[in-house]
Amino acid sequence: MTPTLQIFLIVSAALFSIGLLAALSRRHAIFILIGIELMLAAANLNFIAFWRFAPQPHQPTGVMFAIFSIAISAAEAAVGLAMVIAVYRHYHTTNVDQLNQLKG
Amino acid sequence: MSLIIHYLWLIPAVPLVASLAILSLANAWRRSAAALAVAGQTAALALSAVAFLPTLQTHGFRAVQNFTWFTFGDNALRLGFVLDPLAAAMLLMISLVGLCIFVFSIGYMAEDKNFVRFFAYLSFFSGAMLGVVVANSLLLLFIFWELVGLASYLLIGLWIERPSAAAAAKKAFITTRIGDMGFFVGMLWLYNRSGTLLFYDDGKGCLESAGLAMLGASATFIALLIFFGAVGKSGQFPLHVWLPDAMEGPTPVSALIHAATMVAAGVFLVARVYPLFSLGAINGVTSSLTVVVWIGVTTALMAALIAIAQADIKRILAYSTVSQLGLMMVSLGVGGMAAGIMHLLAHGFFKALLFLGSGSVIHGCHSEQDIRKMGGLRRFMPVTFVTYAIGMMALSGVPFFFSGGWTKEEILHAVGHWPPSRAPYYLMFAGVVLTAFYMTRQIIYVFFGNSRTAAKQAHESPPVMTIPLIVLALGAILLSIVLTPAWPWLHDYLTGESVHFEIGRLIQPMLFVSLALVSAGIGIAVWMYRKAGVQDGDRPADIDPLEHAQPALFRFLANKMWIDELYARTVIAFSWIAALLSDWMDRYFWDGLVRGFGAIGQVFAMFTAGVDERGINTGVDETTVGARGLGRLMSAAHSGQIQIYLGIVAIGMLALLLLYAWLA
Repeated sequence: MTPTLQIFLIVSAALFSIGLLAALSRRHAIFILIGIELMLAAANLNFIAFWRFAPQPHQPTGVMFAIFSIAISAAEAAVGLAMVIAVYRHYHTTNVDQLNQLKG
Repeated sequence: MSLIIHYLWLIPAVPLVASLAILSLANAWRRSAAALAVAGQTAALALSAVAFLPTLQTHGFRAVQNFTWFTFGDNALRLGFVLDPLAAAMLLMISLVGLCIFVFSIGYMAEDKNFVRFFAYLSFFSGAMLGVVVANSLLLLFIFWELVGLASYLLIGLWIERPSAAAAAKKAFITTRIGDMGFFVGMLWLYNRSGTLLFYDDGKGCLESAGLAMLGASATFIALLIFFGAVGKSGQFPLHVWLPDAMEGPTPVSALIHAATMVAAGVFLVARVYPLFSLGAINGVTSSLTVVVWIGVTTALMAALIAIAQADIKRILAYSTVSQLGLMMVSLGVGGMAAGIMHLLAHGFFKALLFLGSGSVIHGCHSEQDIRKMGGLRRFMPVTFVTYAIGMMALSGVPFFFSGGWTKEEILHAVGHWPPSRAPYYLMFAGVVLTAFYMTRQIIYVFFGNSRTAAKQAHESPPVMTIPLIVLALGAILLSIVLTPAWPWLHDYLTGESVHFEIGRLIQPMLFVSLALVSAGIGIAVWMYRKAGVQDGDRPADIDPLEHAQPALFRFLANKMWIDELYARTVIAFSWIAALLSDWMDRYFWDGLVRGFGAIGQVFAMFTAGVDERGINTGVDETTVGARGLGRLMSAAHSGQIQIYLGIVAIGMLALLLLYAWLA
């Protein structure tokens, strides 16, 4: 069985859905971040898949997109984790249900 | 042209300024108040003396100083001051008599708590009267005239805590105001006809030939209207009722009102505008002058009769003033203007003397004014007695030694030559007899006989009160030097002729007529009242001999001929009804009208209030309620739950995808 674009898209959609489910249902802030990372990974997979099955796969445009996306997601993860730590120090909790106001 | 005319305005101004200065003093500064008042009056006297000098040098001297008060359109309203023998003589009399009264008041009012206020008003009164005399414009004269009225009101009502004083002040003010209405209308009429109110203005004034020529027949009416003002001020019938009531004021005020100032103003006014009265005279008679004569005769006789039956020492003098003023009016009316003014000047002295003397008596008898309770005072108050007797004889017209005698003879002489009728002449005889009669009656009751209740602890007054009496008594006697027919200096001074001394004229037939009349009056009185003061005891004198003889007549006179009652039943009742009617109109008709309009406004207001409340206000309310509900709804979505936001974003994206898929 040769890999086709559909298989990649289905895997990517599944991955996105799993990430979305995690982001929506978990109460722990770090799990939500993990869910967001999963969704980003699904998006990266789509970039790579569309590039690989594109008419001209010689130019590394898809890879470049993926590399930028990973860099941004790394930065986002760093900021997110730092915020989680700051929130935890302040509220002594990471349960997002209790973090329902902006003022400290 | 003398220099003094430029400073003539100072004569009234000085006492007026003194009055203002005194008013600013505190109640405790009694000495300063009296000093200021006396100083002001002395300055006025000195200035009057200076003003008197140039009038001596030239016969018929007249100097005027006019100035423009303000202009309206092309017309200029001009005022001015005049100095002529009439004004100069009046100035001297008013300031001299006034000064005596001022000094006397220091003693008389010594224990009064209104001392400072009293002297302020007194100065004001004197200043206003001096202003009347020097005015060269009917308008300026009217202004000072009204100031005199105001001052009299303030002084008569000085003891404001006494209701009778307040009522008397009001009566004086309102009664004279009725006369002033006539004066004012006459003044407007005069201005309308002649275009000027200046008396003398280099031939253009209203009393000079050019001005008089423009008046024509209206002069009679103008003169009568102005005379009506004089009737009010000089207490002539029928407006005399205020004058006896004015006795409610302190006695020095009575002296000032009755002698030197207020009542003299009316006679002075007639003398001042005399050319208006005598315009177009045939044989010295005009219809306006005839009215003056008859008013004067009525007043003189009526007041003399009433004076007979009065028991209040000051009321007798008050009615004698009314009577003497009537005599002066008669004199002016028959053409004896100089005689009238001479009597006014002499009267100023002896009437002030009599009033101050009565003040001294009242002071000595501890504020008792009823002559029936006095008696025998000549032993306790010798100075007062002698001076009072001099005043009494001058007033009665005892010939030869007293100024009043000479002036009365002069008046009788003038009345005797009045062409239309001899009646005033004989009626004036009766007046002279009556005057001597009531003055003798008074002096018997007060100074002779045994001491009755009020006279037990009588004492002589201090020198500050007796010295003015002596000065005035000397004035009453010495003035006769310039009044005798042998050397009629004052007469010729007033008429502007040069005087000659002629001893042969000293004894005139009139002297004997006068002597007979006065002796008759005094004799009858002495005979009738010979027993009046004799009975002793601690009770008032017995029934009056005249009352014993003629009870009905006496009651009629004692009640002032019921003229006050007559006025109360007619004029006052009429105004009372008019007042009630206008009160009713005001209360029910006009008020109803106003209330009706108010009700219409109210109904309209209720309507707009309803619209506002139900329409506009509710609309605004509902809008805000809606906005608030919407806001509540929206704010519910902002729960702060981040996963719900995220879920909504996911659902939204899914919806967009489905839409895209469906559209594609």
